[in-house]
Amino acid sequence: MIQANDLKKGYGEVRALDGLSFEVPEGAIFGLLGPNGAGKSTAVKVLTTLARADGGEARVAGFDVARDARRVRRTIGVVAQKSGVDIDLTGRENLMLQGRLQGMRGRELSSRAEALLEEFGLADAAGRVTRGYSGGMQRRLDIAIGLVHRPKVLFLDEPTTGLDPEVRAAMWTEISRLQRDEGLTILLTTHYLEEADRLASSLAIVDRGRVVASGAPDELKAALDGDSVQVELDGVEANGNVHAALSGVGGLSAVSVDGRRLHARAADGARAVPAVLAALDAHAIPVASVRVARPSLDDVYLRYAGRSFAAAEAEKPTENKEAGR
Amino acid sequence: MTAVADTWALCVRDLLRLWRQPWFIAVTLVQPVIWLLLFGALFERVVDIPGFHGGDYKQYLVPGVLVMTAFFSSGWSGMSTIDDLDRGVTDRFLVLPIMRWPLIAGRVGMNLVQLAIQSVIIIGLALITGVTFPGGPLGVVALIVAAALLGTGFAALSNALALVARKEESLIGAVTFLQLPLTFLSTAFMQASLMPDWIRSVSDYNPVDWAIRAGREAVGAGPDWATVLGYCGLLVAFALACLVLATRAFRAYQAQV
Repeated sequence: MIQANDLKKGYGEVRALDGLSFEVPEGAIFGLLGPNGAGKSTAVKVLTTLARADGGEARVAGFDVARDARRVRRTIGVVAQKSGVDIDLTGRENLMLQGRLQGMRGRELSSRAEALLEEFGLADAAGRVTRGYSGGMQRRLDIAIGLVHRPKVLFLDEPTTGLDPEVRAAMWTEISRLQRDEGLTILLTTHYLEEADRLASSLAIVDRGRVVASGAPDELKAALDGDSVQVELDGVEANGNVHAALSGVGGLSAVSVDGRRLHARAADGARAVPAVLAALDAHAIPVASVRVARPSLDDVYLRYAGRSFAAAEAEKPTENKEAGR
Repeated sequence: MTAVADTWALCVRDLLRLWRQPWFIAVTLVQPVIWLLLFGALFERVVDIPGFHGGDYKQYLVPGVLVMTAFFSSGWSGMSTIDDLDRGVTDRFLVLPIMRWPLIAGRVGMNLVQLAIQSVIIIGLALITGVTFPGGPLGVVALIVAAALLGTGFAALSNALALVARKEESLIGAVTFLQLPLTFLSTAFMQASLMPDWIRSVSDYNPVDWAIRAGREAVGAGPDWATVLGYCGLLVAFALACLVLATRAFRAYQAQV
């Protein structure tokens, strides 16, 4: 349903997309997961015909996004990262305007608008100016606006960023329902690992404008052999020292140090802990705490992007460009 | 046809937004009244200058104030566009299967409705204070049309600037930079024969003055319609050029999203 092939786009010095490629099958919820500034929003802008790529090509529902923009626009619903709600209009007026601009008229439009307001729990607030809506209500209205013309493909750019945890959970239920009941193909971008894990049937991990890994969340996790062992070091130690200390420990792989945190993988994490602690102790490296976990998407990210998700978030190389318009 | 329907839908949206800002409406309606009364009183004795023909100064001033009202209020049209850019509304519209020009035309349409109401107030007030329009109702309509053409041009230009500059400060700077000079490089307040030569020459190229000349000719006694139509033709060209420019400005905006 969506094909991106070697997309490239730069903003001055910043290369927002650097050969991004992925494919979304019909009826799937596909997650583009990556830290802020990874290029997710830029990818959405190119795929929804708002921005033009400098190189590469993309098709949505069979139409080229650059050459056949009009046809693409008729097929897609877009919920951008920044809410596009007109805060001086009521919820109903917002929906009706969008419907008219999508070419809908009369009873067809008004009954569709009422149904959507009902569906998204906005019926009571429909006559109120949206300036007074809560963040969650505004986001639900954003999605309703994106759906008014019954698109085949829905783009959701960071749909739950800035929402309360319980509102976010309700939004997840809503998004899964859309895919299940309406057969929509959904492309979702997120920088929440949990969100991608919960919603996406398959995902692509994006880092610095390219896909570093892709597949179903479980496949990606299974591809990492064994558990994740994380050791919080007490005081900063030189990398070489830690690597030297652990070189003798059997069954340990993918050792990396990220600030004070030491990551490693082991087939059986719990069994590896005593040996790891003994080896660190022998090299006089003080340890604050130890954690063993089943693989998470964070581990997947670390493995393919070479740094932890939190560290990548802290860098935010092109945050302004991504968050801005 | 759909593009016309889109223009209408977008214009209604802007009118609704305007309707919900009663203070803004109050200011836009009161402002031309103040101008008419204030400038009318301040420059009352201009008629005593040797070479000024025509009796009452207010009689001379009305076309100038009406055109100035159109010029000033349309200049701020782009502020709503900057608001839309900031709130992501423009981005939402740009991925709709619609043409670009209704996005500009709808907004300009709202400005024109506003101007129509302002015009009724100005003309009404002028009549109450004893101003006469020897050119008759047709002349008054021609004056309003000339002002509307000018307003169309500057509203579109303001939107073009908004899409390129994308910052309120830049737009405010550009608009205020243009407003007073273009107003005073015209015959709004002073008869052409009493102006310094250089101002008279510059005013030949000033769209604001084209509208004033057309309007003043039309409402005067025994209007020369060829002159009125000539200036209106120039104004149509100006308005169209600005509309094309504003529609093109979306491309400039999208190139850097």
